[in-house]
Amino acid sequence: MMVDDLVPAPPAGGRAASAPLLGRDTEPTLFELSEPGRHAWQLRTTGVPELTVDELVPDAHRRASPVDLAEVSERDLVGHFTRLSHRQFSVDLGAYPLGSCTMKYNPKICDAVALLPGLADVHPAAPSNCVQGWLELLVELEVALCEITGMAAATLQPAAGAAGELTGLLLMRAWFAAKGETRHKVIIPDSAHGTNPASVTLGGFEVVTVPSDRRGCVDVDALRAVLDEDVAGIMLTNPNTLGLFEEDIRSIADAVHGVGGLLYYDGANLNAILGVVRPGDMGFDIVHLNLHKTFATPHGGGGPGAGPVAVSERLAPFLPGPRATLFGEASSRHFGWTTPEQSIGRVHSWHGNALVLARALTYVLVHGNDGLRDVARLAVLNANWLRKRLSQTFDAPYDRPCMHECVLSASSLKRSTGVKALDVAKRLLEEGFHSPTVYFPLIVDEALMIEPTETESLQTLEALASALERIVAEAATPEGARAATEAPHLTPVRRVDEARAARHLVPTYDARPS
Amino acid sequence: MSGYTPHTDADVASMLDFLGLASLDELFSVVPEALRLAGGLDLAAGRPEPDVFAHMEALAAANRPCGRNLVCFAGAGAYDHEVPPVTRALASRSEFVTSYTPYQPEVAQGVLQAVFEFQTLVARLSGLAVSNASLYDGAASLVEAVNLAVATTGRRDVWVSHGVNPSWREVLTTFAAGTGHVVRDIPLVGGSTDWASTAFDDYDEPGAIVVAYPNYLGCLEDLGEARARCDRQGALLIVAFDPICAGILRSPGDWGADVVVGEGQALGMPLGFGGPYLGLFACSLDHVRRLPGRLVGETVDAEGRRAYVTTLRAREQDIRREKATSNVCTNQTLMAVTAAIQLGWLGTSGMAEVALRSARGARYCRDGLLTVPGVEPLTTAPVLREFGLRLPMDAAMVVERLADEGFLAGVALDPSYAGGRTDGLLVAVTERRTRAEIDAFVSTFEKAVR
Repeated sequence: MMVDDLVPAPPAGGRAASAPLLGRDTEPTLFELSEPGRHAWQLRTTGVPELTVDELVPDAHRRASPVDLAEVSERDLVGHFTRLSHRQFSVDLGAYPLGSCTMKYNPKICDAVALLPGLADVHPAAPSNCVQGWLELLVELEVALCEITGMAAATLQPAAGAAGELTGLLLMRAWFAAKGETRHKVIIPDSAHGTNPASVTLGGFEVVTVPSDRRGCVDVDALRAVLDEDVAGIMLTNPNTLGLFEEDIRSIADAVHGVGGLLYYDGANLNAILGVVRPGDMGFDIVHLNLHKTFATPHGGGGPGAGPVAVSERLAPFLPGPRATLFGEASSRHFGWTTPEQSIGRVHSWHGNALVLARALTYVLVHGNDGLRDVARLAVLNANWLRKRLSQTFDAPYDRPCMHECVLSASSLKRSTGVKALDVAKRLLEEGFHSPTVYFPLIVDEALMIEPTETESLQTLEALASALERIVAEAATPEGARAATEAPHLTPVRRVDEARAARHLVPTYDARPS
Repeated sequence: MSGYTPHTDADVASMLDFLGLASLDELFSVVPEALRLAGGLDLAAGRPEPDVFAHMEALAAANRPCGRNLVCFAGAGAYDHEVPPVTRALASRSEFVTSYTPYQPEVAQGVLQAVFEFQTLVARLSGLAVSNASLYDGAASLVEAVNLAVATTGRRDVWVSHGVNPSWREVLTTFAAGTGHVVRDIPLVGGSTDWASTAFDDYDEPGAIVVAYPNYLGCLEDLGEARARCDRQGALLIVAFDPICAGILRSPGDWGADVVVGEGQALGMPLGFGGPYLGLFACSLDHVRRLPGRLVGETVDAEGRRAYVTTLRAREQDIRREKATSNVCTNQTLMAVTAAIQLGWLGTSGMAEVALRSARGARYCRDGLLTVPGVEPLTTAPVLREFGLRLPMDAAMVVERLADEGFLAGVALDPSYAGGRTDGLLVAVTERRTRAEIDAFVSTFEKAVR
């Protein structure tokens, strides 16, 4: 590699090189900031008669003393959580190429929509004539998601991808039960997300794992070998977690349908194919979407998500209820709730993560058919550009065009320098980028799974690639390798002792050793 | 190209050139031609933000939000408590909103510490040692608690009080189809769980008994009796608590609960048509190895400074895969951070004050409504923030009539709560309701049931 390639990235490169993340003081907890007698709360003057707690709560039920929470002023509260926010990386701060997570930019219009009082202040049990706008919104979103996935009907209730998976598996169970069949097995590839096998077990099925072949795709012969009439279905991510499109998807679908099984589409990677190809057209029967990924609703530090499940016509009678439904035409047009005849039942306390759903509809409408297709095309373009550029620097175990993400390996780097994928990830943090996903999928040694998404510019990709190249080049010297294995140095905390956290469990402030 | 993707034509051309491709379509050459969408999606073309905002505003305008024009007396698991500007402002900081699950703790101390504080606050409210980092909603927490109890005891049967929120019970039944758990109903008498006439001994010993505190009808259950029943049968006691009422009630942990679940919406989240809300989940230290979802723990960094990290990861689905007892991955972290902010705002004194003021409002409102001819109490057990009434006519009709007059009167009860009739109404009052609002509600109510 030429020395010239290693010059620092230009300043406009989507890096989080700003000061806040470099603040290295520990922030005290809310409990340490607390001083007896302070408070922030202010409540409405109501004029309601002021009965005492003794008059309102029977003795046996009354708390002896107030719950000790914290006593802080509003100013202290704002300072505390603002300082905490400065210790947190986010998409708004810099590029976040975390594979499988689709950390794209989140349009601010979606935040503004979710704050509209006409959406945010609506009680979920209000009579349907008070919530016509919400019902119409849900129907509009359902129609759009069905078009995007190529399915017939959808439930918007599941609150996240894993909830969608379990809902889908219960739909499979109900489908076979209605036919008087009991099937026990669900097939998943060895590259699947961990939620897939966990959901299969909770759905009451046994997991059968099929291996990937040398191309990184499902080994179709191995799949055929395990197919029989005890197979309820297969769960697939396409493109799969290696970022590769399962080219044989039609033969897979024919084979599974051939034994009466169903195909489940894990929508974690839907971003790659928006407007290009649809799960329904590939032969899938059940699809969940991750609105917090594909439709940028956004992810909130780990949630809320939304995991709607769309199904083909034949599975629609089993969907969870109640569902928002359009009745009548023209002047008699109105919306209400219906529950499908053979519904598996509710999967959420109310109607799903409604404000997340409103954000997703906004995202769909601002993008439209052309914008959604561009999302997929540019996400795939970005991932392939990075794959090609970085395959000079890292091992490329599946050296073929990828979709929205690419999986590289630090295997050779580790052998020659001792620097592991984890070290590369940690070193990248202080270059101002979030790290890729590491050590997943499990079938790739020292995996680095990189998903740039469509919202990062060429300049950002160049800066990211340069940073990774610099880290690898530096690792050639003992000092450089140590800089990586001891990284990060500049972040709010240095490498965190995870083993100690598990060995000496401190799950609350009150559990700290005094 | 939209305003959210930065690629210029020149960028695209140079990137394609680098890849040796002639067009963007060639990126998808691995997708069989026959599968590709020929004519594109049957959706409208993308529209500018102001146009889309106007569309969403029009949808919002077709709703009747709670506020001055629809004064809220509805609850049933979703409450109109105060959410101050400071909570909204802090919870909408984009560092919290646009980050992912804290997989790289060195750059995620903000979310991790906020969740650690949330776990501490929920543990204190519930009276148990450990809280997780959140689940989807109250129903999801109930499902996970039952899964934990069945895995711990090896018993498939669970008894669930009819006083547990009916939607949560329905969700529990939905998921029991997969796990094979047997869910049995304990009826209510006078509004509280009928321990005496339920024939527990006629069935297999249960893994758990579930009771709500206060329950769906607002009644205070005898948790001492519930604990004694669990001890006799070797079952875990799961209590579905209300985090606001916990400000003045004895904590479930103090009553002897093994697992506490709850809906945390009242801790700073808007009504939001039912979501995103916040599933609360706390348990005693004995059960921490089966705790569902994420858990943040305190540790140190390489220089010995205090730091936070997700811990006991070996419980989670991405490691245990098909042997995991929970499949939870994405949770409701932003809502947990919101609740930590809101609980910091309320503090020790505010928490007690909100609970007390809500109970005062409910008492005043209930006393007023019971003066209306034909309106009777539905329950005899003590109530706090919420209460059931029997009306002289169909409750859903009364709710619709009062909505026309500017009041969301409550939630019409399922007949199973009202002796098989449709005249049961569930009314909730929070600290936000003024005496003037309650007085106007009572007088309008009187006209509506006449």
